[in-house]
Amino acid sequence: MEILEIQNLTKIYKDGTTALRDISFNVKKGEFAIIIGSSGAGKSTILRSINRLVQPTSGSILFQNKEITTSSKGELRKIRREMGMIFQGFHLIKRVSVLKNVLHGRLGYMNSFKGAIGAFSKEDEEAAWSLLERVGLTDQAYKRAGELSGGQQQRVAIARALAQKPALILADEPIASLDPTTSETIMNYLYQICHEDGITCIVNLHQVEVAKRYATRILGVQQGTIIFDGSATELSDSEIQHIYQKKLVV
Amino acid sequence: MKENMPINNNIITSPSKTEPPRKKTKRDRFLTGILIFGGLFFIFSLIQLNLDYSRLISGTSKLFSFVGHMMPPDFSTWEKVIGAGLESLQIAIVGTSIGVVLALFLSFLAAENLSPHRTISWMIKGIAAFVRAIPALIWVLIFIVAVGMGPFPGILALAFNSLGMLVKVFAQSIEEIDDGVLEAMRSTGASWMQVIFQGVIPTVLTAYMSWSIFRLEIDFRYATILGMVGAGGIGWELTSAMRMYRLEEASFIILVIFLMVFTVEVTGNQLKKMIQRI
Ligand SMILES: Nc1ncnc2c1ncn2[C@@H]1O[C@H](COP(=O)(O)OP(=O)(O)O)[C@@H](O)[C@H]1O
Ligand SMILES: [Mg+2]
Repeated sequence: MEILEIQNLTKIYKDGTTALRDISFNVKKGEFAIIIGSSGAGKSTILRSINRLVQPTSGSILFQNKEITTSSKGELRKIRREMGMIFQGFHLIKRVSVLKNVLHGRLGYMNSFKGAIGAFSKEDEEAAWSLLERVGLTDQAYKRAGELSGGQQQRVAIARALAQKPALILADEPIASLDPTTSETIMNYLYQICHEDGITCIVNLHQVEVAKRYATRILGVQQGTIIFDGSATELSDSEIQHIYQKKLVV
Repeated sequence: MKENMPINNNIITSPSKTEPPRKKTKRDRFLTGILIFGGLFFIFSLIQLNLDYSRLISGTSKLFSFVGHMMPPDFSTWEKVIGAGLESLQIAIVGTSIGVVLALFLSFLAAENLSPHRTISWMIKGIAAFVRAIPALIWVLIFIVAVGMGPFPGILALAFNSLGMLVKVFAQSIEEIDDGVLEAMRSTGASWMQVIFQGVIPTVLTAYMSWSIFRLEIDFRYATILGMVGAGGIGWELTSAMRMYRLEEASFIILVIFLMVFTVEVTGNQLKKMIQRI
């Protein structure tokens, strides 16, 4: 079953940069898809188009069979809460407790006022605690998010995304600012949880060998087009060379 | 080059955005120009204003005899003077508070990374700049005409003057927040209000508090001066004493003003340090 159907997606930024050229691909429910490609290839633009942090120039995105490129502001809130997003820079509210940061994942489901004053329900708080347990951070719950190490912060970010009870997780280079050991922990958490909960996941990665270890499917992007789409075993060294080869563009 | 060998890279740091050097030399030249112009204008002014420096010498002796007349300070009116001093403090606190509350709301609309529309942000910033450009003393004269003498015009003048500055610095604090942090909140499906209350306010709270205290220090100093033109408080007492040539009383009032301003500043600094540690 397809959770995401992207057709003829093109993004041209205001300054004239063509980031995506007529991209089409589908993602099935339960896939752990990894997008690889050199920096500037258009990986972030793909993910950010899916939750409309970037407005596509043309093309269509069906999420759970619903067109989302044209949704209104109100609809957008409902779509975004179904998609968790994880960033390279964690992007937590540093001055607020770890627990509160996880609870922020519930905001999309709350009435605007209740959410604003932070009147989270008992169930939401309990869910947040069990998510913290899942990422091994219960003892840090009352610390400020900014006091945690990078790896811990990324685990909080994962818990925040999971608090949304998402159908899809978008992770934009989640390990790019972490050391190799921490990177592995984070990838393990992400893979394990998505697998257990049946969450579809799309991850942007720089590191090919990490991609090969976790991906149920790899997409290779170069200069705004998908030039590889297959399993890890199908990704040969020459394919890798091809994906990371930079054409000289003047 | 790095990207050609991804297999050997475990950690890849994003390349820092370096500005083209051309821009820098251009800016340097601009600054040098300003500096030279400023120097020349200073020399020109010294000549053009035709200052009579001998008056500095005769004036100094006059000043000393004047200060002599002011001594010893006359404490007899202390009840009235301290009362007026407290009124100045009240004017400052109320005026600053009104400014802070209004600036708080306006800053969410003024900050470019939060404003519902660029035009709204631009308009609020424009109005704030206009309000800021008019000195507090002029505001108070306007409000005295509008609402009469006493503490009320003082409060309004300080509220407006504070508002002009606080909208600017509050909006700047918000604009300093990493866009990614706001994006992360929005991507959970949080509404504009929720992003502000759950994300922005906790992040800027200490900065807002420090700025507000800083502003209160300024406003208290203003409050003592504004009184001189009839906006209530201790300034009025000083003007009256000087006019009636009660110089001993005037020196006592100046002493009280000094002590109060000093106390407010020291307390303010202490508070700001405490806030930093939160
Ligand atoms: N906000 C933006 N405005 C203009 N150009 C952008 C913007 N964001 C990204 N780009 C450009 O779009 C291209 C793709 O960027 P991105 O999707 O971030 O690539 P990746 O994530 O693979 O590094 C790059 O050439 C980049 O410079
Ligand atoms: Mg990117």
